[in-house]
Parts: sequence; C-alpha cells; structure tokens
Amino acid sequence: MTAIIILLCIILISVVLVQIGKVTELTAQIKGERETLKDNSKWNAWIGLVFMVVFLVAVCVSAYRMRNVMLGYGPLESASAHGSVLDSLFNVTLFFTGIVFVLTHIALFWFAFKYRYKEGRKAQFISHDDRLEIWWTAIPAIVMTFLVVRGLNAWNQVMADVADGEEHIEIEATGQQFNWIIRYPGADGKLGTRDYKLTTGNNQLGQDFRDAKNWDDIVPAQELYLPVGKKVRVRIIAKDVLHNFYLPHFRVKMDAVPGMPTYFVFTPIKTTSEMRQELRKYPEWNEPYDPADPTGPKRWEKFEYELACAELCGKGHYSMRRIFRVVSPEEYEAWAKTQESFYLTQIHNKDGKENEDPFWEQTLPIEAAAIEKKLTDDVKAAGESEAPAEKAIRLDNIHFTTGSATLTADSKYELDALVNVLTKFPSLNISVNGHTDNVGDSAANLELSKQRAASVVNYLTTRGVSAGRLRSAGLGDTEPAESNEKPAGRRKNRRVEFNVLNQLPTAEPAS
Amino acid sequence: MTHTINAVETLEDQLTREYGFNDHFHEHHHGDKFQSNFLTHYVFTMDHKMIARQFLMTGIFWAFIGAAMSIIFRLQLGFPEADMAWLKPLLGKWITVNEAGIGRLDPEFYYALVTMHGTIIVFFVLTAGLSGTFSNLLIPLQIGARDMASPLLNAFSYWAFFLAGVVMFFSLFLSTGPFSGGWTAYPPLSALPQASDGSATGMTLWIVAMSLFVVSALLGGINYITTVLNMRTKGMNLWRMPMTIWAFFVTAILGVLSFPVLFSGLLLLMLDRSLGTSFYLNEIVVGGQVLDRVGGSPILFQHLFWFLGHPEVYIIILPAMGIVSEVLSVNARKPIFGYRAMVFSILAIGFLSFIVWAHHMFMSGLNPFISNFFVVFTLIIAVPSAVKVFNWISTIYGSNFRFNSASLFSVGFVSMFISGGLTGIFLGNSAIDIQLHDTYFVIAHFHIVMGIAAFFGMFAGVYHWFPKMFGRFMNETLGKIHFWGTMIGAYAIFWPMHYTGMAGVPRRYYDMGASFDAFKHFTDLNKFITVAAIVVFFLQILFIINFFYSIFSGKKMTTKNPWGATTLEWTTPIEAGHGNWPGNIPTVQRWAYDYGKGGEDFIPQYIPLKNGENDHGH
Repeated sequence: MTAIIILLCIILISVVLVQIGKVTELTAQIKGERETLKDNSKWNAWIGLVFMVVFLVAVCVSAYRMRNVMLGYGPLESASAHGSVLDSLFNVTLFFTGIVFVLTHIALFWFAFKYRYKEGRKAQFISHDDRLEIWWTAIPAIVMTFLVVRGLNAWNQVMADVADGEEHIEIEATGQQFNWIIRYPGADGKLGTRDYKLTTGNNQLGQDFRDAKNWDDIVPAQELYLPVGKKVRVRIIAKDVLHNFYLPHFRVKMDAVPGMPTYFVFTPIKTTSEMRQELRKYPEWNEPYDPADPTGPKRWEKFEYELACAELCGKGHYSMRRIFRVVSPEEYEAWAKTQESFYLTQIHNKDGKENEDPFWEQTLPIEAAAIEKKLTDDVKAAGESEAPAEKAIRLDNIHFTTGSATLTADSKYELDALVNVLTKFPSLNISVNGHTDNVGDSAANLELSKQRAASVVNYLTTRGVSAGRLRSAGLGDTEPAESNEKPAGRRKNRRVEFNVLNQLPTAEPAS
Repeated sequence: MTHTINAVETLEDQLTREYGFNDHFHEHHHGDKFQSNFLTHYVFTMDHKMIARQFLMTGIFWAFIGAAMSIIFRLQLGFPEADMAWLKPLLGKWITVNEAGIGRLDPEFYYALVTMHGTIIVFFVLTAGLSGTFSNLLIPLQIGARDMASPLLNAFSYWAFFLAGVVMFFSLFLSTGPFSGGWTAYPPLSALPQASDGSATGMTLWIVAMSLFVVSALLGGINYITTVLNMRTKGMNLWRMPMTIWAFFVTAILGVLSFPVLFSGLLLLMLDRSLGTSFYLNEIVVGGQVLDRVGGSPILFQHLFWFLGHPEVYIIILPAMGIVSEVLSVNARKPIFGYRAMVFSILAIGFLSFIVWAHHMFMSGLNPFISNFFVVFTLIIAVPSAVKVFNWISTIYGSNFRFNSASLFSVGFVSMFISGGLTGIFLGNSAIDIQLHDTYFVIAHFHIVMGIAAFFGMFAGVYHWFPKMFGRFMNETLGKIHFWGTMIGAYAIFWPMHYTGMAGVPRRYYDMGASFDAFKHFTDLNKFITVAAIVVFFLQILFIINFFYSIFSGKKMTTKNPWGATTLEWTTPIEAGHGNWPGNIPTVQRWAYDYGKGGEDFIPQYIPLKNGENDHGH
C-alpha cells in the first residue's frame, strides 16, 4: 500500500514538474527570449553563488565534524612507525589541494555570477595569454614535483624489505575464501616451506612437514599477538583468489596473490591497551559498545586492531575479520609459550593423518623435551596414586622394526627420557610390559612382546639404570587397550607400557 | 521533407554558393521508397545523425538500468536491516525471505549488481552512450562532411554495441546470476567458476559481450579517426577544428590503441576458463580442490586490463571535456581561453594516459621499485588537467555568460572535475595510496571525476545539441531543476564517501557494520547517502521524461542557429537529410571561436577573413 502511495506521489510530482515546465515556457514566450535569458541568468548566477558558499562551508564543517573517525586524526593516529609519515604526506597534499579547491571554486562561481548575461554587456575578446599559461603550467608542476619527491621518499622507505641480518619477526598471512590463516614461525623463528600440492583438509596451508622448520610453526585460531616496537615482516599469500591483507590502524595494505608471495614490513608502536586508554578520552568512545546494553562495556574497552580483506574475493569478502593484539614484549613471549605447534598437535601421529605425516609412527628430536616432561608428570601422578589402574604408563614413542624386537633409532628420545626420570626418582622401580595386537599367532605374539619388553629393559640397563629396579614382562594380545577390529585400535594395542611398582615419597624432586 | 527556399538569398547561402565546395551532391534518397522505409530510416540506417540518436537512446536505456542497480545496492548499504521482500517480484531468488518474513538481498547478487553497475556505466553509457553519440553526431557536421568515412562500418559499430547489450542483458537472467567479480574482472576470481557463482556462465557472457563491445569501439574509432583526418571540408585545417573534434579525435585514437589490449586480456582469460591454460593461474587451491594450474600470473591480467582501463577513463572524460569547452565558449560569447593550450593539454593527457596504468596496481604485489615511474607520470597528468581547469575558468572571466541548462551542466562539470581531480593527487601518490587504495575514498574520487563529470558533459551536450538532433528544444525549467538537483545531490552522495574512505572503510563491502568494529560508525551517513541517491535517481527520470516529451512536443526550432554558434553544424537545414547540406558543403575560413571579435557577437566559420584580420587558430 505504501509503495502504491509513494509511486502515486512520484507520478504526481513528475506531472506537476512537467506542468511547471510548460507554464514557464509559455510565460517565457510572452516575456520574450532576451528578457527570459536575463532573468534566468540572474537567478541561476545567484543560486550558483549561494551554492558555492554553502558547499565550501559544508565541506569545512563536515570535515571538522568527522575528524575523530578519520585515520590520522584525533584518536586514530597511526599505530605503526611508518603510518605517521603517510599521514603527514596526506596532510601536506590536503593543504595544497585544499587551497586550489577553494580558490578555483570561488573563481568559477564568482566569475559566472559577475559576468552573467546582461543586455548590452559585451564579452571581451580574449583568445589566449601565453604568459598566464606558462604560470599555471609551472606552478602546478613545481607543487607536483615537491609532492612526488616527498611521496617517493616515503614510499621507498615503507616498501623496503628487511635488510639481511636485521632483527624482525616474520609471520605469514594466507588468504582464502573467506578467512585469513596466520602462521607464526615458532621457537626457531623460521617459517617452514610450503607446497600447494600438499594441501589437504587437515594441512590447510600445504606445509611440507619434511622440513624441520615446519615442526614448530604455530597457526593460532584465536587472537593474534604482536610485540610492540618490534619490526614485523608479513609474508602474504593467497590460496584461491586475490585477497588483500589490510590493517587500517597500521596503514598496512598488500594484495595476497596465489602463487606469488608478497610482503609488508611494519613496526607496531602502540599496544592495544595504550590505544584503548587514548580512545577513552573521547566522548564518542565512552558510549556503550552494544547500544542494546547501556550498562555493558564501553566502546573503548572493546577496541581491537582488526585485519580485513581489501580486494574483492567473492561473496564473503566483507567478513574476513581477524584480531591482532599488540602487547609488551614480555606478554608476547608469554603468549607465544602457550601456543602449540600445529604439526605436533594436529598432524603428527594423530589418528587418520598417516598420509599427511612424513614421520608417521616416528618420534622427532623436537618432541624430546615434551616427552620427558609428560613422563615426569605421569610418573609423579602414578607414584602418588593408590589405584592400580593409574599405575600403568604408556610409552607412545618407543617403536620396533616390524615383527622384531629391535628398537628403532627414534625410540631413544623416550628411552633417554625414561632414564632421566629413573635418575630423578631414585626410589622408583618399574615393570616394563610388552603388548601386541591380535594379528597372527598368539604364541608368537606373546614371545615377541616378551622380547620387546626385554629389549627396553636392556637399553635402560646399558644406560646405567640398576637392573634391580627393573622388571620386564610380555603379555602378547591378552590385554588389548582397545578393540582389535580397526587399524587405529590395533595401533593402540601394539605398545610398551610400564607400571610404577612402588609408592613414591611426595617430597621427591620434580626436576 | 522540403527545405525552405527563401525568396531572398541569405548571406550564408550566398557564401556557400560562392565559396562552398561543390561535390556534385544530389539527395538521391530523398523521398524515394528505399530511404523512406521505416526500417531503413530508423533502424538499419547509415546516416551518422540517426546512428548518433541510436547510441544516445541505447545509452539512456543502459543508464537507467545501471542507475537502478545502484539504488538497490545503496538500499542494502544504507538500510541493511530493512525488509527487501518487496523487491522479490523483481529479483526473485536473489531476495531470501527468512521465517520472520524479512527479505534480505543475497550477497552474491549484491556483488553482481556492483559489477554490472560498473560495467554498464563505464562501457555502455559513458563510452558508447557519450562518445558514440557525440562523435557520430558532431564529427561530420562540425568538420563539414556528408557522413562518416564509412557509413556502413559506422552502422556495424552501433549494431555490435547493440548485440553486446543483448548478451549482457541476457546474462542478468541466468540462474547462477550475472558476473559478480567486479568490473575489473580480476582472475583468479573471474577465471574459476568454483570460486563464485557469477564466474560461471555469467562470466562467459560478460566476456562475449565485452568482446562485441571492443568490436564496436574499434569500428567506431577507426571511422572517427579516418573521418577527421580525411573528410574535413576545404579550409578546415587541424588548428581550426573545434575543441569537440579534437577531443573526439584523441578519444578515438586512445580507443583504437587500447581496446585490442583488453580483448587480448579477455581472450587469455577465456582460454584459462575453457581450455585449461594457466596464463593467470598459479598454485591454486579452491574449495579444497588442488588445481593442476601453475606458471601463470594474475598480475599479468591486471597489466592488460589497466592498459585499456586507464586510457578508458580518458576515453570517457575527453569527449566530455570537448563538449564542455564548446558549450562554455558558445554561452560565454567568448573564445575558449587558450585554444592551443587546450589542444596540447588534450594531447598530453592522451599520451600520458598510456604510461600510468600501473597506478591502479600499487598494492597488487607489483615490484615497489616500478611504482616510482608510475607515480611520476601519474602526477604529471595533474599539470595539463590544471591548465584545462584554469582555461575554462578564464573563458567565463569577462564573458556575457548565458545561463541555460547546457551551460549550467558545463559549470557543474568544471566543479566536479576540480573536486574529483584533486583527490587523484592523493591516490596517484603511491605512499598515500597504501592507506586509501580500495577504500571509499577511491569510490568518491572516480565517481566525481569520471562518473558525475562525464555525465555532466553528456547532459551539457544533450541540452545543447538537442535542437540539432530533434529539431526541438528541451524544456529549460525542467533542465534547471535537473541540474541543481543533480549538482547538490551528486555532492551529497559522493562527498561523504571521502570521509568513510579516510576512516579506512573498504569498498565492495556488502555490509560495513556487521563484521568490523572499525567500519561501523557510518550508519547515519550511509542512510543519508542512500536517500540522496534515490532523489538523484528520480531527477534523472525527470530528465528522461523531459527528453522524450521534448522530442514530440518541445518548443520548435525556428532558426538554424539558435545559440549563435560559429561552428558548421548550425549551417545545415533544421531537418537535414542524409548528406547534411542540400547543396554545396560550406568551406571554412577561420577558427571556431570568433565570439565577440571586433564588436561582433559571433562570426561563423564560413565567413571569410576580412582584409588584415588575424585567424586565431594559427
């Protein structure tokens, strides 16, 4: 109904306007052409003059009113080291163009007003003035030269890559429809290599895990942290279509291109909490974050640095948001410690990932520390516990060559860890138990499990653990941990465990 | 049709008889059944004046569609919470109605609308509709030719454009929707149907339509160049050509040199899409599927696209500049100030437009070192542009300025060109572009400088040459309402976008507030912009009403030269047949801008120089 009324109104207004047009045309005929032209010119010259004044005033007033939401002004001064250079270049350009804008508009509408059609006025025959042409070619040329020199100076500084040996953090941003995957290099400070052909549902980035640099790489799912004052080099790439890595507060923007890594180097200079404190001074930032909840947190309390996409990438283009939190270097280190390696937590020796893991059923040197820590904790817990079920500890990282009791080379990480634990807890006595799955002859399995347990004990004694503290037993397939029906279950059943035989005094050292 | 035979021979007739060039022209077709057939007269015509009208009508059709699309996506941006179910009869499945009965615009279709709006306005309206109309109408008339060098190719040029339009229009109704990857059609998005619905059949049809469009632009362009170079009447040397002809001439050269590059870019894209080549594709995983495409570069397409794309914006703006120069001069009753400087600045802009294309690509991953050169060339363009602005303003200085719809739109053009041109100085400087690239600042910049400004040039041309086209005048009152409404409205739409851009809001966001805290301060501003857009849209409908109403019942033209202009198009009969002049072709004796010279209001180009009089074109 409203639509019909609006439509009728529009038709009515059109009819009225057309009628006005017709009527004025008739009066014009009565008044005569020259008289009409004179009136028309007078009216429109005045409207033009008023328009010019209102327009220029509106431009200044609106710009002043908007100053606090525009980047580079008020609370939104640049949060990166290079950003203020760009902001000041913007303002210098604004200064020159502002002058030209105002002067040319005044001249345009003032001349049109002053020299409006009047009966008997003679237009001056001025065809050209070469001196003027030279002036207004030269002056813009000089101003442009100034802006170009300043601009290119800034550009080449900002776009310079990190120099060899310069201290920096390198992170990697990968755009895909429709989110960003951010990768940190982990403890080694180096990002591992990628091959897009290795991409799978599990290995979203196509990381080549044969490259040891990949083992500790971190792919945080939540907020991303950056230390204040440290140079950050973002390696930017896309998986499917073009994206653009855009951090407005840091004046960072660069396309993400499939198959062609790009980069942007910047240094955050304001932590998120410093920024919040700054915003707090402005009344508009003291309004509630959620208008529906007036008592809830204020806008400044919820401020975050946001990562967006600035290159059309499909229907979800407008929703590729991530949060970057800039913190002190200490907080950054603390955060980095809580982040776990993507490979070790998601891929390595995880069920169903055998095709993606080049080190399937193998233990990597990078895991040694974690293994020892886990073993120590487990032994402590088992030693303090009274329940028999909690006395058994699995040795996940001890492997044998198929069908034999020969330990694989990478078993040494857990075995050495066990030696260390036995040294740490001098009163600890253990019984090592071998288990197999139910494939093949049960008697043979039993024999194999015995031999495997023995070879673990053998390793421990050669490393100086007294034989009296150790016992070994083979249980074959008699005590499966899980059902033998599926390969994953059988894998769980092929194992070496040990039982903590005695109660440990609680005072025994933890390290 | 008969032409009036005056009992008394006018000065013009006398001069044409005396000095005119007799090419033994006879109006063979006049009244014979071959030419009087409706189909051959109005449809399959080879008369440049009729082809010009065909381009204009088709351009108006597309302008309506393109503008209507912008209203729909502006509704989404201004009122994202509003119910759009009322659009369901028009848009069908692209409006999804939820359980509460609230209709929402599908994001995929939002991007299709944005893409089509850009393609339609840039190519179909401001290239074909503007350059096609006025180059066709004015080149033969103003240089004193009976028609184009090849009237047949000229007709083909229109029909190729028409076909391009048919294909593009058809693509709007595909079940996967029209192309939705932006008017720049960057691969891989445009190359991979898996990446977006619009990149399926919609993109194929987009490429077909654009290829037909390139054919049209080339046939037209070659014709315009040949006609200007070879068909000028006696005495019409290059320095006596009106600014319009210079502008159309340089525009045609730009088109002929750059459109083929777009075509080759699109051809390679088509091969990537259909034959499994990898010109633009490298190491792609899309939708979890690892593609066997390596070795290409998406940047290559951007180079090819912008090698057309940048000259293209001058293909759009140069004709408008030419029209405005002419209309300002006629209505100021003064010569265009600094004619030669104006010509040289057009030539300089035309030349520079070929070596600045990568300023669209500063943030594309291009080697930052290369950008240095493009910054320098880009900012040099500001110099000839500034010269033009100062010359237009100087043309008004000391004039006897007649305010009518055409001259108002010309003044509006100068204002828009200043406002939009100055923001180009920010964007052309790569360092500032880091912050502003692909934000609303860019939207504000190019809509003002090549959208609104070019439209204003086109409106100035339509109001000014409407009597030439239809033998009647458009209604002046409606024209002035149209102008002031559009002038204020256009600034109301695009000026605030500078602020949203400076706040960092990226362009091509379906919803600014939903996902990002940083971009959601502009709810009220976006409403304001949308309302302004709707008002301006209805003002354009008013223009269309005025246009068609005036064709049939506008004030009749009673004299040949109603504006008192010097140029040759006003020497043809009010209803000129195919061939333009019934007898001799007038010859040219002086430059086109003798207004107010020696106390005379104006001296037409066919009047011989007096003894000792200077010709200012030289």
